[in-house]
Formats: sequence, structure tokens, C-alpha cells
Amino acid sequence: MAAFLELRGVTKKFGDFTALNDVSLEIRRGEIFSLLGPSGCGKTTLLRVCAGFEQPDAGRVILDGHDITDLPPNRRRLNTIFQSYALFPHLTVRENIAFGLRVARRPAAEIKREVGQTLALMQLEEHADKRPALLSGGQKQRVAVARALINKPEILLLDEPLAALDLKLRQRMLVELDNIHDEVGITFIFVTHDQGEAMSISDRIAVMHEGRVEQIGTAAEIYEAPRTSFVAAFIGDTNFFDGQVLGPDTNPDYCQLAIEGFTDIISFNDKRLPTGQLAHLSIRPEKFRISRNPPPPDPFLNRISGTVEEIIYQGTHTNFWVRAGEYRVAVRQPHSRFKLDQEIITWKDAVWLSWHADDGCMLEQYRADDESLLSLPDPDDAHPAPGGTTGTTPPAASGRQRGIAT
Amino acid sequence: MSAASGLPAGQPTAVDNGAQIARRRQRQEWWISLPSVLWLLAFFLTPTLIVLAITFKPADPYGNIGAGWTLDTIRSLGNPNYPSIVWRTIWISVVATVICLVTAVPFGYYMARAPEKRKALLVMLVMVPFWTSFLIRIFAWKVLLHPEGYIHRFLRLFGIVNEGDLLLYNPEAVLLVLVYTYLPFAILPVYAAAEKFDFHLFEAALDLGCNRFSAFSRVFLPSIRRALVTAALVVFIPALGSYVIPDIVGGNASEMIGNKIAQRTFIDRNLPHAAGLAGILTLSTVIPMLIVLGVQRRQARVTVPRRKRGAT
Repeated sequence: MAAFLELRGVTKKFGDFTALNDVSLEIRRGEIFSLLGPSGCGKTTLLRVCAGFEQPDAGRVILDGHDITDLPPNRRRLNTIFQSYALFPHLTVRENIAFGLRVARRPAAEIKREVGQTLALMQLEEHADKRPALLSGGQKQRVAVARALINKPEILLLDEPLAALDLKLRQRMLVELDNIHDEVGITFIFVTHDQGEAMSISDRIAVMHEGRVEQIGTAAEIYEAPRTSFVAAFIGDTNFFDGQVLGPDTNPDYCQLAIEGFTDIISFNDKRLPTGQLAHLSIRPEKFRISRNPPPPDPFLNRISGTVEEIIYQGTHTNFWVRAGEYRVAVRQPHSRFKLDQEIITWKDAVWLSWHADDGCMLEQYRADDESLLSLPDPDDAHPAPGGTTGTTPPAASGRQRGIAT
Repeated sequence: MSAASGLPAGQPTAVDNGAQIARRRQRQEWWISLPSVLWLLAFFLTPTLIVLAITFKPADPYGNIGAGWTLDTIRSLGNPNYPSIVWRTIWISVVATVICLVTAVPFGYYMARAPEKRKALLVMLVMVPFWTSFLIRIFAWKVLLHPEGYIHRFLRLFGIVNEGDLLLYNPEAVLLVLVYTYLPFAILPVYAAAEKFDFHLFEAALDLGCNRFSAFSRVFLPSIRRALVTAALVVFIPALGSYVIPDIVGGNASEMIGNKIAQRTFIDRNLPHAAGLAGILTLSTVIPMLIVLGVQRRQARVTVPRRKRGAT
């Protein structure tokens, strides 16, 4: 499908800080496209470049075949939902929603009709004559959406629209936004730092890091086949093992991997990392099988042994922390049947962990000085459950219990 | 109502409690505001009433207030000179207020948008004139505008004024110095409001189709309207009562009510007459203030529904 909104090599610097570094991406008509990343990754700047609030230092913004890079925001057929909603405090809900049409000098009767329809669509009729200060967070957000949608924009830009709401409301508004998208059928660009939001609403997600797009794909693609260590660590939980490519397997899609303390590790190598390359092997906690008896031999099944250090029963699943060599491995065992689908494993048990070669993901090692990765939530404080990136750091190598490359 | 809410009789309902708390808070607030109420009664309202009362007293030849009551002063306020002086006082004050506002709004806006460091510098620059005595600053203007002063000579260089032209002793000079004096008082409230203004609103207006100018007039100005009213009053009221400025840089043709009051008090020694003029001045300040208050109250009613107002 042809690109509807296209960014070509967009770069934006603020002083010495590079907010966007040569970003190129294509957004299709009608999709919900998320920009996902930690704070400071440039996602909001990218949105502001699309809206016209920031002029890129280099690169072009092309909407539906027309170069809009130099157009001011009021001449772009895009509307923004701001994080703070930016409702006009001196106007009522009705006047806020009518604002765009009034500025466009549309006939009064038409404005009245359109505003009435929008109020009904967003279920805001009973609040129409209130000022924004009297509205709840969810209502404010609906007004912000209504105020933008009434202008029938080509694309709706949403800048962390749910960040100001509490958890329950956030989930409800997410569904509401999704319904609105289905109803009006326009393209949404959704900026968020919350992977849950991004994964549940988006058709495609661009994961951003330090002003660059690290990966673009569907939720499943970025979760199951991350292209970089950052994506693997930022989306969901994972275990990183430091290794070196020993050489290709008989099947060139697979390679033998040397990881200290383990033997005979084989992994799917879709990126064709060459022999000798230092690599991370990323394995999601739920990809492991945990058992007290050694699993049956299988050339594609990797097996390591360890000792259970911690068990947290969570109802739908149990989280285990297993000491295996130098690594503290996070394992998540889902329960599909009531306590019957597994042998009872307790503390200090010697166990086997196994995973299929296809379930590991080979990634280039990232720099040890990458601060934004080290500042990810620490799984070891408060909740030793796999949350954020899980610890696999050789304890002797570094005092840090952070689990990212040392 | 306790029956309706299903509570045992005698137990106060939540509504009762809320009303009680509101009443108690009101009583407490009344005590807190008592000192300022007393202050205003003793040093503002009473003197104003005394001055108004003096208007109805006869003047005695020694400059004192005579016994008995008379309407002589009221009749003499019909002096044909007065309407033109009152009119001049009002238009000079109005024009000074408008110029101050028109200057203060872009300046306050610019200050609010300036980087933190420059902001502090700008605030200081606005305040700096206050470090010099008011009188000295007015006299300094006299020196500047004098036929041998820098401004006069500078303008002569470009042929804008001629040798014989006077820059001093006319209403325009009074206006200039009034604007100079009261501009900082107009800038500060505008700046304070602009600082609190959420500039995302500006972006939202651009996003919704406004250009920079219409975003400014549709969103920025309405958002700081309270500050605009404050700034207008802060300039207009002292300008109405100004005495020193027209006395020093103004001439006969630019007298304002303040000058007439001083003249009646110190030269004619006719206190009731001065009091009458002061009464006119007071009324001409109080009336615009009441209008503004009325407008603001009406706006407040539109903003907040009634029941909410009672609770806060």
C-alpha cells in the first residue's frame, strides 16, 4: 500500500541535542500507527514535526503526495490531541468544539449542526455549556478528541493522550479511541511510552530510541522478532545471555553459540550474525520450559540446569527465578490447567530449563554505556517478578543487579 | 430529609454537615478579613464621607470650614471651566490607559516567552525606574523635553521640530509622562498572567486553523482578560487623579482635576470647593470600577454554575 504520510530523512536538533536523527518512515492511510519509546527518544518531536510545530533541520514531510514540510500548522489537514488536552479555559465545551469551524468561518447553521452531531457522538451533550475546568479527565479528553475530529482532519495526531488518566479510565478510553477510529476511519498517529497501550491499539508500531527508529512492525513482530537489543529489552520482559557465534549449523539459518557455563547452545540466526561475533541471546521468560527431569534430547532443544531461587505464584502463571551458572534467569510458567499441568517445583530444587532454538533471538550486543537501557525498571527491587528487563548479569562481573550487558 | 436518606432521626445528613461547615468557614473568614475591613472603614470610607460632607459646608474667609450647611459649592461647581477640565482629565487618562495596554500586552507576552535568564533581566529593567524618586524622574523629563534638552535637539536634527516649538507644557507632554510613569504597572499584571498562560493553547489554536494573529486575539487575549482589566484600572485610576505630572510638565492648557483641587486648597483656601471637585474625581473612579466589577461578576456566573459557587 502506498504511503499516506511519509517522513524522509527527518533530522531535528535542539542545540547540541539531536532529537531526531535521520528518521524515515511511511504511514498508511487509515491505520493506527504508534510511536513508542522511552521519554526523550524523540517521539513527541516527531509528532510535532508532523503537526508543523517544529521545523525539521533536514528532511521532508510528505502528506498524500504533497510536500507539507514548510506549511504552518494551520494550513495542514492534521489535528492534534495534546497531552494536556489544551482545551481553551475561557470557552465552554460547545465553543471549544466549534473553534475550528468558527476560525474557518463556516456558516452558523452548519457549525450548529456539526457541533450538535459531534456532541452526540462523543456523549458530551449534558456538558455542552460547561467550562473545561468543571470536567473530569475522561470528559476533557473526549472534548479534545471532538474538537479535533470536527475539522475532519486527514490524520489525527495523539500525543500521549492517556497519560493524564488513571489506569481504569485509561483502558476504557483506549477502547473508546479504537472505536472512534473504526467509526471515522481516519489515520491515527499515537505517541506513547506505554507498550501495553501501543500493542493493544496499533496496527503498526515504530519503536524509537535516541532519535532513531529502531524497528517498525506489528505488535507481534516487535515482540517476537526484535531487531535490536533495545527493542527486545524495551518491549516486554526478556533474559539476555552474552555469547559469541561459534559458527553456522548444518542449516545456515541456525548457529552454534558459546555462552559461558552452558554447552551446545543452538539458536535461530535470522540476522546471519557472522562467526566470532559477540551477541546477545534474548529469551522471553515464557519461552522456557521448566522441569525437574531432563527434557528428552532434541537437536533443536537447548537445555541448561539450575537451581530455583524464587517462586512467585500469580494465578495465571508462576514466575520462577532460576540460578543457572552466572545468570539469574526469569522464567514464566503459564497455568493452563489447575496445578495439574506441572510437577510441583519448590525452592532450592535442581531444575532443567529448556527452550527451542527458534524461541531465542540473536541480537548484536549493545554498548555497555547505553544509559537509557540501564535506567529501565529494576526487576530486583520490590517485586522480584520478571518485570522490565530481567537480571542475567554475572554477579561477579559487576555490582549492578541490572541485568544489561556489562 | 433524614427520613429520605434513611438515617436515624436527629443525625445530621451530609448535606446538613456541608452547610454547617460552610457557615463556620464563612464565620472564620469574616474574622480574618476584619482587620482590613476596619482599616478601610477608618482610613478610606470615613475620610471619603467627611470630604463629601465638607462639600455641603460654607467656606469662611480665613480658609476654614464655616458652620451650617449650604449648597453654594454645588452651585459653583457649575463653573463653565470645569466641564472642559473634567473632559480633558478623562480623555488624557483614557488615552494613557489605552497606550499603556497596547504597549504592555506585546511586552508582557515577549517577557513571558523569553528564556529564563532574559526574563529576570527584563523584569528588573521594568522595575529599575522605581529606584529613582518619582519627582526626580518627572523633572528629568522636563530637562529632556526642554528646548535645550536632548530630545528636542535630536528631533531638530531630523527637522521633526523647529527651533521655536515647545515639547513641554501641553497635554501631549502630560500624556507622554503619564504613560512613562504607569507603564510598568500595566506590564507587570500582563506579564504575570502571560507567564501562567499555557502556550500549548496557542499551539492548539494554530492546530485548529488560526494564524498567529488570530490565535493571539482568540486565545491569548481572552485568557489574560482579568490581567488586562487590572492593568487598565491600575493605569486609569491614578491617571485620573494625577496632579504632579500635569503640574510639572503641563501648562495652563493641560490642567487636570488634580491641579484644580490643589489650586482651590492651597491658593484659594476654599476647602468645600476642593472637596466638591474631589467628590467628582471619586465618583469618576468608582463608577468605572463598579462597571468592571459588574462585568466580572456576570462572567463568573457564566463560568461557574450557581451551586458550585456557594460551596467554594
